[in-house]
Amino acid sequence: MPNAEEIKQRIEAAIPGARAEVEDWTGGGDHFKATVTAAAFADRSRIEQHRLVYEVFGAEIGGPIHALSLKTQSPQDD
Amino acid sequence: MPDTEQSSEIREAIAQAISEHETILFMKGTPDAPACGFSARTVAALQSLQAPFAAVDVLPDPRIREELSAISRWPTIPQLFVKGELVGGCDIVLEMYESGELAQTLGVEEDEADVGESAEETPTVAPGLTQIENRLG
Repeated sequence: MPNAEEIKQRIEAAIPGARAEVEDWTGGGDHFKATVTAAAFADRSRIEQHRLVYEVFGAEIGGPIHALSLKTQSPQDD
Repeated sequence: MPDTEQSSEIREAIAQAISEHETILFMKGTPDAPACGFSARTVAALQSLQAPFAAVDVLPDPRIREELSAISRWPTIPQLFVKGELVGGCDIVLEMYESGELAQTLGVEEDEADVGESAEETPTVAPGLTQIENRLG
């Protein structure tokens, strides 16, 4: 079962320069909430930004990771 | 009927529903009885803007969700489409609701929505998909 730290590390490893804060939303190990900041998000629509993060997990989203709530931003939005 | 043929029929019905309804929400459950908190929050945002929308429950057949995600390249439910385009899931819709962008995208004025008359009756299921669901039993 994935945990918040593992999800954070996978996002940061897969998206160059990304910083992620991940929390286990319910404590149940399947609903997570992530705030991801990455330069790669600049000039991409919100849909595309979220897709980049979802793609890190592929079919795990909706499977072992029941929900991954996202907030994405590029560094200059900080 | 072979499975692949049925899947492509479902996919066509979904594509048709998206093109036929200006605003359409694919969700778990129905607007009156959402079966998931994310779907419930998305419905609440649309209803508070008094925006008319069609809704499709993805739960009766897992293939609806599979085919929808293949079309939209979006893994989670709910999914809101406006004028044939994916607007987003729960997170994006709520962000847009809070910023006022959602009202703009839906073509409803927030001020009017606040004081306006009651919303139009919301169709709970897109007709094309009802047909498919019924046929699949």
